[in-house]
Amino acid sequence: MQEKENKLKVGAYWASSCGGCDVALLGLHERILDLLEGADIAFWPAATDFKYEDLKSYKRNELDITFFNGGIRTSENEEIAKLLREKTDLLVAYGSCAHQGGIPGLANMSDKSTVFDTVYRDNPSTYNPEGTVPLERSEFNGGELELPAFNERVKNLEGVVKVDYTVPGCPPPPELTQNFLDLILNDDLPPRGSVVAGEKTVCDECNREWNKKSIDEFHRPQEIEIDLEKCLLDQGIICMGPVTRSGCDASCPEMNLPCKGCFGPPSKVDDQGAEMLNSLASILQIGEEGKALESEENVLANLPDPIGTFYSFSLANSIFGGKVEDGGNNERK
Amino acid sequence: MTGKPRIGVFICHCGENIAGTVDVSSLAEEIIDYEDVTFSTDYEYMCSDPGQNKIKEAIEDEDLTGVVVAACSPSMHEDTFRKVAESAGLNRYQCEIANIREQCSWVHGEDGGSPTKKALKIIKGTVEKVKRNIPMEPVEREHSDKCLVIGGGIAGIQAALDVAEAGNEVILVEKEPTIGGHMAQLSETFPTLDCSQCILTPKMVELNQNLNIELMAYSEVRNVSGYVGNYEVQIERKPTYVDPDACNLCGDCEDVCPVEVRDEFNQGLTTRKAINIPFSQAIPSSYTLDTEACLGLNPLRCSECADACDADAVDFDESSEFVEEEFGAIIAATGYNLYPKEEMGEYGYGKYDDVIDGLQFERLLSATGPTEGEVRRPSDGKVPENVVFIQCSGSRDPENHNSCCSKICCMYTAKHAKLYKENVPDGNAYVFYIDIRAGGKDYEEFIQDVREEDRVLYLKGKVSKLKEIDGKLRVWGLDEISGERVEIDADLVVLAQSIVPSEGASETSQELNLNLGPNGFYKEAHPKLRPVESLTGGVFFAGVGQGPKDIPDSVSQGSGAAAKAIDLLSKPTLSHDPQVVEVEEDLCSGCGICVGQCPYDALEVNSREVAEVNEILCEGCGTCSSGCPTNALSLKNLTDEQLTEMIHATLGD
Amino acid sequence: MDFEPKLVGFLCKWCSSAGADLAGVSRKNYPSNLIPITVNCSGRIDVSYVVRAFHDGADGVLISGCHPGDCHYNSGNYKAWRRVALLKHVLEEFGVNPDRVKLKWISATEGEKFAQTIKGFTSEIKELGPGPYNDARERE
Repeated sequence: MQEKENKLKVGAYWASSCGGCDVALLGLHERILDLLEGADIAFWPAATDFKYEDLKSYKRNELDITFFNGGIRTSENEEIAKLLREKTDLLVAYGSCAHQGGIPGLANMSDKSTVFDTVYRDNPSTYNPEGTVPLERSEFNGGELELPAFNERVKNLEGVVKVDYTVPGCPPPPELTQNFLDLILNDDLPPRGSVVAGEKTVCDECNREWNKKSIDEFHRPQEIEIDLEKCLLDQGIICMGPVTRSGCDASCPEMNLPCKGCFGPPSKVDDQGAEMLNSLASILQIGEEGKALESEENVLANLPDPIGTFYSFSLANSIFGGKVEDGGNNERK
Repeated sequence: MTGKPRIGVFICHCGENIAGTVDVSSLAEEIIDYEDVTFSTDYEYMCSDPGQNKIKEAIEDEDLTGVVVAACSPSMHEDTFRKVAESAGLNRYQCEIANIREQCSWVHGEDGGSPTKKALKIIKGTVEKVKRNIPMEPVEREHSDKCLVIGGGIAGIQAALDVAEAGNEVILVEKEPTIGGHMAQLSETFPTLDCSQCILTPKMVELNQNLNIELMAYSEVRNVSGYVGNYEVQIERKPTYVDPDACNLCGDCEDVCPVEVRDEFNQGLTTRKAINIPFSQAIPSSYTLDTEACLGLNPLRCSECADACDADAVDFDESSEFVEEEFGAIIAATGYNLYPKEEMGEYGYGKYDDVIDGLQFERLLSATGPTEGEVRRPSDGKVPENVVFIQCSGSRDPENHNSCCSKICCMYTAKHAKLYKENVPDGNAYVFYIDIRAGGKDYEEFIQDVREEDRVLYLKGKVSKLKEIDGKLRVWGLDEISGERVEIDADLVVLAQSIVPSEGASETSQELNLNLGPNGFYKEAHPKLRPVESLTGGVFFAGVGQGPKDIPDSVSQGSGAAAKAIDLLSKPTLSHDPQVVEVEEDLCSGCGICVGQCPYDALEVNSREVAEVNEILCEGCGTCSSGCPTNALSLKNLTDEQLTEMIHATLGD
Repeated sequence: MDFEPKLVGFLCKWCSSAGADLAGVSRKNYPSNLIPITVNCSGRIDVSYVVRAFHDGADGVLISGCHPGDCHYNSGNYKAWRRVALLKHVLEEFGVNPDRVKLKWISATEGEKFAQTIKGFTSEIKELGPGPYNDARERE
């Protein structure tokens, strides 16, 4: 990055996300003060009072860096992502949702109307006797109100604009964010397009002992007494560690929880869930070989939520993308 | 190789075989426009000399980096065309075959379909592959020239002799004090009825005298590491407490020994002493002190044998000796046991003295046996007048015992009945059988002879009950042919007891990482095409350890295993197909998912916590590369990128 | 116009590709919809290849290997078996008809079976109609 006389101009934005990533930025604690010393906040709706007009008024690439968290769910998300792309030199996909669509991406297993029904109509804690759902345009007091459009599918940030760096995690651990800031301040960034985390997988950082891996039955973590020393996969718990990029110090497995895959796949894997299926199939050792499939069906019955298991964070960015219609005889576009 | 790929596509007419249904000239015209294809042509017979020359010239003139020959199946001419590529300076793997004959022109004729379109897609896919192929050379490794044979039965003896005759050093390890195995216990052998020991013992002597063979009897394989060509094996030589060089076989020690225990060689029909020689022709020809039977060496409780030995051959201070050796190949000839008595309640086996197994009956028939060849029953030494033989005892009975057929029992039971009838001409022999399986050479004739000439009564059916009544063994059964119930008061019952693998099979399988089938016999690399090879490189099978078989089959397999071992050992270096899996270490996290799924044990996670491929062991199936969660493993010349692009090319328009 | 399905078939080199060759040698006619790709072992097939094939416009994918117990590499076909089982389970969740993926054991002697398999699979996919990912994947 070229030397500038002024402080760095930094932006931050949340799109479709829970807000945890903004909190994660604050998780830097006092170290955030160091950042603020060398940077000016130029846009951060969650923390400061900036309007979209302010953003629009900036020149091209006026912001040095923007931390974008959240996936692209609405037309507003998409519009601001594009605007930020134009106004920012280094656009950072910050956190799992911007990186891969994240948990909100799981909504791609349902169509828009099902999502609305679930959220606004059928939700037991929602009082909505008229069954009102958000509309893009509605009449009100003689005028017309406009809301952003709710897209058919969630996309990740890369799905709408080019991303320069990705800081993964749900949310990104403070050390990872700090490390990224250090790289910026020391002008030591890797090539654009990089995911700034480990280059291996969670297994590399995990201290559990593995055996020749082999699973004869799947268990959910609450069903068995988990051995604290042994590899979770060896114990029949689906741990996404083998297909998940390192950089978190294996924090979930270290706490006796299986990895859910929030850092996304390592660099040479483009579909985290499909890769996990390949690997799992290799270590399923069920029944006699000749009866493998028969017993496999029993094992699969013990796998109640495959999408939630294999695609917790990466569905929107997977080769599957989401649920499709395959009713047969539908016309080719 | 740098720069863009330059691929030449050569389309064969194969006379009318391809050109009859596929528009070959339009293929050549269309494929030239495909990315990275810089030359294309079609010709009547690419495999002919002029055809081959066309390819050679084009490689040289057009500076091609890869060649696709669209022709017949690679199983026909892949090697031909790869040699052409080599002769023009390319690596053989820079030539690939697009199979547009067997898998296209021959199967899409007049009744519709678009063979030309399909051929084009097959060629495009092959172009995508070949342009990403890397040049490869065979993997070479040094190896040991020695062969280890585990087990000194007839199969192991034959294997050891054959390997040694070919000029290789052999160590034969036998658990028992003597070689010879079960064959040494047999009386006569079917169907020729030659005396078992008479044909066996010369082989035992030959083995002992062969300068290329070191016999380690009373020894066991303790630890095996390494891989094909380079196995490091630790062998324990157990103490016999008798110096075989000093022992003169006088037998004085045996005479004074106060301990009598079950004699294994006579299948428990007699006893032996704690210090003993299994049989007079045993090799090594020496006594062994069985410490489990001996009153005690530490502290020494009795030293009568040592005191009686004029040759001073007995040495109580002997201890186990551990020998470390390197081997290039290993032949497992661990043999069999009879299905244990304890598992068989139904025929009174183990309960009545006169219900015996086939091997016991062999000993009764044997001239060196406890009755010197006269058939006398164990309980009272009486000559039995009625003998019932029950086949498939514990075999072909998946619900209660073993599912497999023991294969040799039909024949040896017929032999038993015949020999009994020759021994006791007035006696009656009855055989209960399920089916008669006499598939070997001259076997059926033998059975017919026993049934007709020796007048042995064959009853098709299972025995339902056996009970001792008034000093007789009453046998109830059903003759399915007459449909009548049968009741026989027998003096002796002989069970054709099921064959099971010896304990050596499971021990050896653990040491060598071999697979066992459902009945505990060794599992072959391929049941039909690689019956003497294991999946562990350089480990071969001989004899019953791999599955029930008779003497000629065991000997054949011994020779077969030997041929495989010689084939391996005679090579100056081990050469291996270069299409193996490679590891991109920067991507590997050492998760170990690959390790357990390799059927060849070719993968391990090394001390640097990354996967390592043993290129000699890897057979190149690529299953691990698909299972690798980080795609750190890839199969050379069939990478993810290649397959992905092939899929794309074959599905495009 | 009749719907002509686009099919791709992964054949193992030792059994199924040899079976396809035998179908050729025996001149067993079958539809030309399926483009064969020969691989060393059915165990080499990644779940993602199947999905990629769908995105590239395939309406059905065949994976064919040695019969259980006969795998040239001992157990690769079992790995394929399990991968396909898991894949079908997931495909169903995604709304893709799992019948679009077929796993068949075809030996080197089963030329007739190969031809019948392709015939059957082609007509089954004709019944199912075009695949769910009908716009070909955008490629970088």
